[in-house]
Order: sequence, then structure tokens, then C-alpha cells
Amino acid sequence: MELYELTVHELQELLAGGITSSAEIVKSVLARIDAVEDQVKSFITVTREQALDKARQVDAQGSYQGLAGIPMGLKDNICTRGVKTTCASRMLADFIPPYESTVSRRLDQQGSVLVGKLNMDEFAMGSSTENSAFFATRNPWDLTKVPGGSSGGSAAAVAAGQIPFSLGSDTGGSIRQPAAYCGVVGMKPTYGRVSRWGVVAYASSLDQVGVLSKDVRDNAMIMQIIAGHDPLDSNCVDLAVPDYVAGLDGSVRGMRIAYPREYFGVGVNESVRDLVMQALKKYQELGAIVEEASLPHSEYALPAYYLLGPAEASANLACFDGVRFGCRDNTAENVVDMFSGTRDHGFGDEVKRRIMLGTFALSSGYYDAYYLNALKVRRLIANDFTKVFNDYDIIIAPTTPTTAFGLGEQRGDLLTIYMNDVLTVPVNMAGLPGISIPCGFTGGLPVGMQIIGKAFDEATVYKAAYAFEQNTDFHTIKPQLGVR
Amino acid sequence: MSPDYEIVIGLEVHAELKTQTKIFCSCSTAFGAEPNTQTCPICAGFPGALPVLNRQVVDLAIRAGLALHCEIPAMCKFDRKNYFYPDLPHGYQVSQFDFPVCKQGYLDIDIEGQKKRVGVTRAHMEEDAGKLVHQGDITTTPFSLVDLNRSGVALLEIVSEPDMRSAQEARAYLEKLRSMLLFAGVSDCKMQEGSLRCDANVSVRPFGQQEFGTRCEIKNLNSFRALERAIEYEAKRHMEALEDGTELFQETRTWDEEKQMTRSMRSKEEAHDYRYFPEPDLPPLFISREWVDEVRAALPEMPEQAQQRLMEVYGLPEYDAALLTLTPETLDFFDRCVQEYPDAKTIANWMMGEFSRLLNQTNQEIGDSHLTPDHLVQMLRLVDDGTISGKIAKTVLEDMFNSGQSPQEIIKAKGLVQISDADTLLPLIEDIVGANPKVVEDYKSGKGKAMGFFVGQIMKATKGQANPALVNELLKKVLDSIQ
Ligand SMILES: [Zn+2]
Repeated sequence: MELYELTVHELQELLAGGITSSAEIVKSVLARIDAVEDQVKSFITVTREQALDKARQVDAQGSYQGLAGIPMGLKDNICTRGVKTTCASRMLADFIPPYESTVSRRLDQQGSVLVGKLNMDEFAMGSSTENSAFFATRNPWDLTKVPGGSSGGSAAAVAAGQIPFSLGSDTGGSIRQPAAYCGVVGMKPTYGRVSRWGVVAYASSLDQVGVLSKDVRDNAMIMQIIAGHDPLDSNCVDLAVPDYVAGLDGSVRGMRIAYPREYFGVGVNESVRDLVMQALKKYQELGAIVEEASLPHSEYALPAYYLLGPAEASANLACFDGVRFGCRDNTAENVVDMFSGTRDHGFGDEVKRRIMLGTFALSSGYYDAYYLNALKVRRLIANDFTKVFNDYDIIIAPTTPTTAFGLGEQRGDLLTIYMNDVLTVPVNMAGLPGISIPCGFTGGLPVGMQIIGKAFDEATVYKAAYAFEQNTDFHTIKPQLGVR
Repeated sequence: MSPDYEIVIGLEVHAELKTQTKIFCSCSTAFGAEPNTQTCPICAGFPGALPVLNRQVVDLAIRAGLALHCEIPAMCKFDRKNYFYPDLPHGYQVSQFDFPVCKQGYLDIDIEGQKKRVGVTRAHMEEDAGKLVHQGDITTTPFSLVDLNRSGVALLEIVSEPDMRSAQEARAYLEKLRSMLLFAGVSDCKMQEGSLRCDANVSVRPFGQQEFGTRCEIKNLNSFRALERAIEYEAKRHMEALEDGTELFQETRTWDEEKQMTRSMRSKEEAHDYRYFPEPDLPPLFISREWVDEVRAALPEMPEQAQQRLMEVYGLPEYDAALLTLTPETLDFFDRCVQEYPDAKTIANWMMGEFSRLLNQTNQEIGDSHLTPDHLVQMLRLVDDGTISGKIAKTVLEDMFNSGQSPQEIIKAKGLVQISDADTLLPLIEDIVGANPKVVEDYKSGKGKAMGFFVGQIMKATKGQANPALVNELLKKVLDSIQ
């Protein structure tokens, strides 16, 4: 085994045992990036020298606490002081933030080593990473397929062994969907569990940062570090974070599991459905109580999401006006032309589309019909979940209706693209925690199973995910990339 | 103004709240710093930065609300008001749309002895924008400079009911509002520095008509005078249009101070659609009754209470009490004097007379001048014990006002001590009388002016320092002794 193939907890053991050093690990990871990046294309920026410097610093300290010496990758909408943060947009192609996000600061303080910034759909808008203004990322399992999105680079890099773990952000499925397509573990925590300070907003009331990792234990351990109150994010809740790793006991005996019939219906690929049903059977074998339930308003989640998300985005992206940072149209004759020229050049098609959609939904005369109704739908969806959680501990469903689709295959077919998020969006609308873990393969591509928990009960979600992982070996199967 | 028409006025007032730091970040709010030295990723609208509400802003907003007799609802929230402008870093202003922090209050104003109640519809918290510097119009200037020091400074927008019926009433409302905000300690209310800004909504309708006329909003009213002038100008414009039958348009107009007229900025068709929606980065704000009670308990004495106190405790007339409670600084000056000197009316006379004249003359506020309550009291005592005359006292006051020296220092330096010594005055009087036999004749023949002439000459000779009572007494004696 090469170092780049190992999980975070395996690397921690080697470091603690004095068998390897952070510099060795970082070199191994950088070599892996050099070897396969041409094929996967998951990195926008590789911070080679900076990473090696920090690794040597950590090694010089002599002992390894927490995440000391462990390489990490960050989705490129997570601001890193002094390191380019582009959001995969021409608008921010040369933007170097003078401030650090809370999540990256916490990881940095734990000794983790930033190796690079990962590709994504521009401003986190998309489900394939094809909306990156720079290049498309490819699925390590099949280079003709998309890795999913918007955190496609974060998922592909972990799957390809380019990085042991990464952070992504999830507004409507942007961690879980690419995790499913790339066969890795991806967790979106409860809204308010993790600070959004320094994470470039898409839709503020839905955005959450989460972890993509090779297994559940790593994921829980990293979440433990980034979760918890932050006075810089007014929506980040001051609530104690339980010891997630200590809760991983491998048991689901007596756990009550619901599977919502709406998530197994039309549009869900048959083999995906079968694999998730088999997983449910596995849970039953392990002593869990598994029953069908209903989330009746599910079908309205997607249309409501495509009003609320863009509405918030239309304001969040108004700061990109060319005045203070980012690109600017210097050919403009006056300020109005400078605004529109800057935004016309700086934003890609999907971003423009969502800004227009959101602007329209908030316009006088349409607000009640669109924005306000969408808010009501959001409430109904949250109520659906609350009802089910009166009787059950977790909900299990497929993460996505299908496996990864082909690059360019859905280009222009917006409704099909948006359908990728149909099973993940309701979870964001209700603000709940949701994880995607591998539950099998079909046609050589991984299938993801989604486990949804009660608000702020990430612990139970991790516990259930870990029990499944301990009793299956899907997470140990790696894509075979031709090495140059 | 034509007697056939009624003017209807409502005011929207922006008061800058007196906080050390901005509403959503910890940047300083100090006035006059170098451009862009008081900014951070939050108030400069950088991506990924998030607002955190400054509790002190809420404290002051509640305090202002209580001073304006408003209701403080248990819940309020923030909203985004969307529009593009280079001085607006986020591309939206964080404000409060449908759930403001204060609602339904009032202010009582005094119009020629008549009390009138003006409704306060609401008051809400919001952030200020930055400042632009450009040559002429923004669309034609070769470039603009942006200063974001002011961006994110906390404002309270106070909206009145359309209850005012004349420019005079509007001015009285704004003066009263300013006084209330000053006393409550929520704002400096300096119109020149922009910490108090006023927009007026003006319409005109025939007397007796229920519906309002076409309304115009006037901006850029930077003084009480501008407010009055602009309303008068606008009302006249509306009346003329109504007379001529020309159509009026609902629009936003600006007051041109130079030309003393209003001109159109944008029409209703061009009006912004601000697309308000709830600010997702800030949770709704719940204000407990305990919080309100706490603020209420800490509320300082308000002008009405102070006025009452001045009338009851010191027996001052209502007019004096009203003038002395116009600003907290005036009241404080009076209170500090009256603690040391028992004659409240005399203090009031000097403050409203000579002191007030000097302030107006030099365009200063009471806090800007060098005159201290202590010095004024010392001066009054020197008048009482005959050291200086009342006339000399005016000179001394002006000197104290300008230099900040004590009255004793001034009197000593300028030799202004009153001459109350008969042995010094008598030879002088005799000389002057002796040199003017013709006037003595006039005196003898009963011409009253003659006495005045002699007093004047004596005062001139003593540079006004002669004790007037003693001069009168001695002069009479000398004249009467001449046969
Ligand atoms: Zn600031």
C-alpha cells in the first residue's frame, strides 16, 4: 500500500508509531496528484511548496496531535487567507482572500496540511462540475462520466487517492450527490452545526460545509473538528458537539429506520433501488427495525428549491460588481456599463440563469406567488420529516436516482440536470443532517445510500453509517486509474 | 399660501446611532478618518463574510423607541433591500421591512402655544452605505472614488404619519425629534455631518378632500431652513399645478440649496423594485420584556420631564423652561449653574440673552464654547457684590466666551473693577460739571436729558467702570449744590 491510499486514521497510526512523517505523506499525495491529475482534473490550485513547508514544520514538532501532518483539500469556495479562492468562476479567477474561513482555520490549527483547492461548479451551482469556468472534473471510476457536483473536485480527489479527505459545501445535495457518484463518504451536517464564515455563499439559508472522506470514521473525526459554535456566523448554533467517533460502536440493534416510498418511485433507476433495498435488508439482519414511511410533500421540494436558492443567490452574488475585488470591465464608459460588463464577463451561463430566476421570483407582483409559496412548501417539507422522526431514528433512501451520467450528456437539458438533486434537496430544505455512503456498484459505477437524521443528531447518522460499513466492503473498493 | 389648499407632510428621518462600532462588524464609527481605514471584509461586502448584529444598536433603537412613545414588538427581523450602487458593497442594504424594531409612537409639538400630536408610524434599524466622490454626475464623471468608512454604520429610520400641515409644523416636529434623540442619548443628530438626515413627503389637496394629493418625496434636506424652504417651494408648485390643471407626477425630487428649488430625480416608473426578502444570514431578533424594561429604567430625563422640573422647582416661566430644555447640553449647563447660584431666573436670562446671542453669532453649540457654568456663576456673584456693573459683565462674558479665562482674570487683566469710591469719583464729576455750564443751565431749567449727558461723560471718562448708582447720587449732589 502507498501512503496516498490510506485513510486519515491509518495515517495517524503510522505517524504516531513513528513509521512515517508528514513530509512523506504529503510527498506521496503530491506524487499521486502528479500521476493522475491529467485524467481526473480535480484541483484548481495545488499548494505544493506551502504544503511541504507546513509538513516539515509539523514533523519538526516531534509529536502528532489531532490532524497534525494530515493533508487536506478544500472546495474552492472556502476562503483561505493568502491562497487563491476562485469559486471556479472567471469573476474570482485571481481572488486571494485576506481572511480565513472558520472551517479551514480549525483544521489548520489542528495541524492539517492544505494541499490544494478543488474544482466545483461555478459558485456551487450545478450537479456535474461541468459548470466550472476552468475545466470539467472527471469521475475516477469512468473518465467519460461526471463526478457529480457541485463539490465534484472534492469527491473525485478523495476517490482518486489525491487527498485523504476534503471539505465540500452542500446547498441542495452538493456533497452527497458527488460522494454517491464517486463512491466516497459525504456528510452534510444540520444547518447551523458548522460555521459558514468565509465560505462564499450560494443560498445562505441552505448552505452547509461538510466532509468527504474514504470511510465513516474519518468523516466523523473531521466533522468533530469543524462542527460547533462560531460567533462569526449568527446562524451557527451554540450546542455541544457529541463525540462522534466514540459513538461508532457498530450496532444498530433496535434502531428504527424508515424508508420513504416517495424516494423509491418513478425516476429512480431500478438497480439503484435494488441496492438500497438490499442495504435495508442488511440493517434488518443487524437488528434494526425497518419500515416504509411517507414524506408526502417531497415532489414540491425541487421546484421550491429552485425559487429559494436562486432568490438568495441573486442577492448574495450582487457584491460582484467590479468595484472592490474580482474582475472588472475596464472598457465600460460609465458605472452602469461597468456593472453589467463585469457581470456579463465574470459569470457563466448557469450562474446568470439562477440570478435571473431569483431576481424574478423576488420581483414586485411575483413575490407572493413564488418566493412566499416556496417558503410555505419548505415549512410543509420540514413538517413531513418531523412527523416521520416522531416514530423513527433515521431515514434511508437512495442519494441520487441514477449513477454518474456522461460528460456533456445532460448539457442544456436543465430539467434532467436539476432532477439529480431531487432526493437530496428536501434534506436541505428541512435543514437536516444527511450522509451518502457507498452501498454497491452497477455498471462499474458506485451507488450511494443516503442516511438522514434528526436535526443536530449527526451522531446517530454516523453510528448507522458505520455499522453498515463494518458489515460490507464497498468502501474498500477503489477505482483503477491508469498511472502515467 | 393659498387658503383653499391643505398641505400634507410626512417625514422620514435617518438618525445615526451613537455606537462605537458598526452595526454588523467591529469597525470603528469615528467621523473624519482617512478613507477606507475603517473597513473589514464584512462592511466592505467581501464574499464569505457574514454579519453579526451589534447588541448596542438594538439597545439604542429600543431607547429611541421608548422616547418616541413607541411599541417595541417582541420579534423583529432584518431584510435585504436590493439595488446596485457603487457605494453599496453588498449590492443590498440590510434593513427592516415588515417587522421593524419600533412601531406606533408619537411626538407632541408646540405650534404657537397649541399642542399638536404627530404620529410616528415606525422606526427601523439599518446599515448606512459608503460615500462616493466624483466630478459632477456619476454617469459622466471620468472616475469615482469610493470610501467605505461609513458603510455599515448603524442608522435608525424614523417614519412619521402624514400628520403635518405646514412647513412650520414639519420644522417643529424635526426639532422636537432631534431634541428627543439627543436627550435619549441615541444620536449626535448633527445635520451638517449627516448624522441626522431628513426626507419629506409632500402633497397638497383642496381643503375638505379626504384623499391625499399626488405625493412627492424631497431629498437632500440638510438643515431646518432647507426643510422649511423646500416644503414651501414644493407646496407652491403643487398648488399652482392644481390651479392650472397641469398634471403632477409621483416622483422623488431633490432640494437644490443654491437655486432654492426642488428638481426631479426619478419618477415612479423609474422607481426601484427593491425586492425585499428576509436576510438569511441573521436569525429573527426576539426582544424580551425584561430587555425593554432594562432600557426603560436606564432612560435619562426627557425634555418634557425636565421642562416640568424647571417650572416646578425653580419657578421658571414655561417659555424659559422650554428654551433651556432644547438640548441636553443646555439643560446640563443650567443645572450646573443653579446648583451653585440660587437665582434661577437670572441664570436663565443670561443664558437665553447674552450667551445665546454669542452662540448664534459664532454658529456654535453650547458645548463648543469656552464658557463654563462655573465662570458664569462667578461672574454673577461679582455683579451682586458690586465688583463689576451689569454693563461690564456683558464684556466680561464675551471675553470668557472667547478665551475661557475666569472673570477674575479678565477683570484684573483689563482693569474692569467698578469704581465705587466717592473720593475718586467726586473730583472727576466736579471737573465735568464745571466744564459744561450750558448743560447745567439746561438741568436747572428742568431738561431731563442733561442728567443723561453728564452720566455718559462720566462713564466715558471711567471707561464704564464707575458704579452707576454712586455716580447718580454724587452727580445729583454736585448739581444741586450749584446755585
Ligand atoms: Zn467592518
